[in-house]
Amino acid sequence: MATVTREPGETTKRNLVEMHWDPITRIVGNLGIYTKIDFENREVAECHSTSSLFRGYSVFMKGKDPRDAHFITSRICGICGDNHATCSVYTQNMAYGIKPPAIAEWIINLGEAAEYMFDHTIFQDNLVFVDWCEQMVKATNPTLLAKAEKTDAPNANIHGFKTIADIMRAFNPFTGSMYLEALQVSRTTREMICLMEGRHVHPSTLYPGGVGTVASPQVFSDYFVRLLRTLDFVKRAIPLNDDLFDFFYDALPGYEKVGLRRTMLGCWGSFQNPDACDYDYRRMTDWGRKMFVTPGVVIDGKLVTTDLVDINLGIRILLGSSFYDDWQSETMFVEKDPLGNPVDRRHPWNQTTLPKPQKRDFDGNYSWVMSPRWFDKRSDQLYALDTGGGPLARLWATALAGLVDTPYVKATGHSVQISLPKSSKFPEMQFEWNVPQWANTVERDRARIYFVAYAAAMAVFFYEKAMEEVRAGRTKTFTDFEVPEEGIGCGFHEAVRGVLSHHLVIRDKKIANYHPYPPTPWNASPRDSYGTPGPYEDAVQGLPIFEENDRENFKGIDIMRTVRSFDPCLPCGVHMYVGGGKTIDVVHSPMGSLLGAG
Amino acid sequence: MAQPAQPVTELHILWISEGMSCDGDTISITAASQPSIEDVLLGLVPGLPTVHLHNKCLAVETGDDFIAPFWKAARGELDSPFVLVIEGSIPNENIHDEGYWTGFGVDPHTDQPKKLTTWIDELAPKAWGVIAIGTCAAYGGIHAMAGNPTGCMGLADYLGWDFRSAGGLPIVNVPGCPVQPDNFMETLLWLLYQAAGKAPTIPLDQALRPTWLFGKMVHEGCDRAGYYEQGDFAHDYNSPKCLVKTGCWGPIVNCNVPKRGWMNNLGGCPNVGGICIGCTMPGFPDKFMPFMDEPPGVTISGTVAGAWGPVIRRLRAITNKTANLEPKWRHNRPELTSGYNPRFLNR
Repeated sequence: MATVTREPGETTKRNLVEMHWDPITRIVGNLGIYTKIDFENREVAECHSTSSLFRGYSVFMKGKDPRDAHFITSRICGICGDNHATCSVYTQNMAYGIKPPAIAEWIINLGEAAEYMFDHTIFQDNLVFVDWCEQMVKATNPTLLAKAEKTDAPNANIHGFKTIADIMRAFNPFTGSMYLEALQVSRTTREMICLMEGRHVHPSTLYPGGVGTVASPQVFSDYFVRLLRTLDFVKRAIPLNDDLFDFFYDALPGYEKVGLRRTMLGCWGSFQNPDACDYDYRRMTDWGRKMFVTPGVVIDGKLVTTDLVDINLGIRILLGSSFYDDWQSETMFVEKDPLGNPVDRRHPWNQTTLPKPQKRDFDGNYSWVMSPRWFDKRSDQLYALDTGGGPLARLWATALAGLVDTPYVKATGHSVQISLPKSSKFPEMQFEWNVPQWANTVERDRARIYFVAYAAAMAVFFYEKAMEEVRAGRTKTFTDFEVPEEGIGCGFHEAVRGVLSHHLVIRDKKIANYHPYPPTPWNASPRDSYGTPGPYEDAVQGLPIFEENDRENFKGIDIMRTVRSFDPCLPCGVHMYVGGGKTIDVVHSPMGSLLGAG
Repeated sequence: MAQPAQPVTELHILWISEGMSCDGDTISITAASQPSIEDVLLGLVPGLPTVHLHNKCLAVETGDDFIAPFWKAARGELDSPFVLVIEGSIPNENIHDEGYWTGFGVDPHTDQPKKLTTWIDELAPKAWGVIAIGTCAAYGGIHAMAGNPTGCMGLADYLGWDFRSAGGLPIVNVPGCPVQPDNFMETLLWLLYQAAGKAPTIPLDQALRPTWLFGKMVHEGCDRAGYYEQGDFAHDYNSPKCLVKTGCWGPIVNCNVPKRGWMNNLGGCPNVGGICIGCTMPGFPDKFMPFMDEPPGVTISGTVAGAWGPVIRRLRAITNKTANLEPKWRHNRPELTSGYNPRFLNR
């Protein structure tokens, strides 16, 4: 348990130093992290995360044509907009009562698999790994770098880097070989998205009822050759990541405590199975469990549920430290779900967003992010779930559920086995992701590269399924529909960095209410109305400091690694605040400049 | 237009994506290959000034170290000229008493986020050139839709359409939602050559877009236009034919994407089955919604189109003119006129 509450008296006694990093770079969106650090005891005592951007999607979508929803909500996110478009299409399919042709689902799955591959690669190798590269480690932990120079990489025969320091050098920005190769891979995988969904990042060919993509053999072969060309990269990346992360555990005993949080993970499922999914809410429990990434909530290492109805009804949106007025006395749009279950007033279906700009006050309201929590009816607990940056929760829920069984990916109940076909430099290779001991910074980052392999392996399967349809002549990609006078819908998907749900209410054929819940409000949320900190705050509070620099040259590298391990994507923002005790004048932050002079 | 007195040999790009944006334009740039961003930064394009990029997503530094050059530039102390790139719509901060819609870094005097608009006020007049990347920054875009709470607008609405930078340039708009990756890199390349004294002033149209990128309509570059000519239209999204009856606005939208593709000549919009929703246009999104309905006046058969070509061109020019105008509620006056109401009114 990393949630530590400290009395004010205690904090002052501890001689805390306020430090903040605002803006946090190498993420998407706008985030600040404000902390109080106890340098004598080498620990972060307190953390606030804040977002300083509001745009108002749920406000300006009211009264619009619901068929515009996926075009609009795609614009929420500039790196995973297609996840939003997809989730919105799922939501609309439910509201309009349509089942798209199977090939349309395979096309969307292929597009989304490529999105995971693209996004995880560019984020891991071009943004996250700058924190683990030679240039950075030299500036924060020179002793550790010296050790890395002398440590042989166990998997050197696969990835080709002799020592751990060689791996670190490969990630130096704009010069390292892996850094540059990853940029190229991020382009090839984005071409794959363009083939299925028209464009990256805001797709052009997705519609409720299906896709406009022309299902000719050509579009699939163009995709498949690109997929095969990326496999060599993926097969090297996994052992390379393992070597680097295992080195940190070995060389810095106790490093597993960095970013450690009680395991409270949510995954909303990904990759629809057209053989099972008809978008009827009343059967959502069944078709949700047929998804090719299993939805689930994992608490303390145990799978609490895999039921999407359960997941949907448990969502609660709390205020507490956010810049909004409450909606407690506003319209209830959905009293009961289509199965007759009561729907809470704090569920997104019943939310009314009432923005209220105000001063930032870390003892009061300090963020534009709200605080989504998940209510478990069994234990009567509200959980501040996180997504583990996406992959950790997806792999964990899928592994424990043991439901995914395809030729290339199998869930065993305790692990996920991934098989990648032969590629130009390597034979067919098997990888196994085992449920780790901790939900911490290293495991969030490690899971990311395993999920690239997961997505690549599933893409091979989706390609085969799509070609079955093409060869059978079933190339109709779209089912027509009518917008009902009244209706509701919800969609569940995994954005690249974690849980994504959209919640729609239609009245008079117009959007009466639309609330999207992406991963970042879950992860970056501020303290809620019960005072429970959000996951970034929780993971950083109590974080032990391994950086070798003294206070004057402190970069906060372990904090930065932790925040970035969640893959922050804040076109809904976060800021880190070091507050309370004594404020120092100069606040240092990670350095090393290749590009930025002056 | 004024050329710099001395050719610029070294230049900073100060990129602020803290407009109301999704950062999709920054991400788009990492997809560019003609040239790529690393080509420009590593000096692999001959004849360009040395470029120092300060962009949040790609920066090595974080927090104060990252933001230091922005403060220096605001004080006029940066060691060489800079190009200011703004990403995202500009909020109207005159419509509330306290707080902010969007900020970038912290103002040490107030301990509050420093508003984007304050940064623009300080930096734009000192910049050698100013680029609005993406439709949000150019014209307001999706966040400036009817009913929006923030009163947001495009950069030219904020700074004035007759704004001139220190280098004597108007704002350069590169619209697109997001921007087509190579369209932006090509525009940047022109400006860098111009700064180096190797190119004349960049040619812009009335909406401040580079003319060679936005001078033609989507329809004129679309490989499905032949079906239009034959009066052969798709009636739903199952068809590889012309999509104008299912919501495509291609005939009146200034954009080169069907011709250029999205990346490496792949993808796009109507050419690959996605209706054109007008995302490069000043009138986006309101003038194109609902997106999936047939745009008015596109149902002219091929025969008629052939005989009445000049008439059609005139009619299209009128529709194009309307689509090239922003809605009236995008302004910086101390009032919100977007029709904002956070509650759904049951009619």
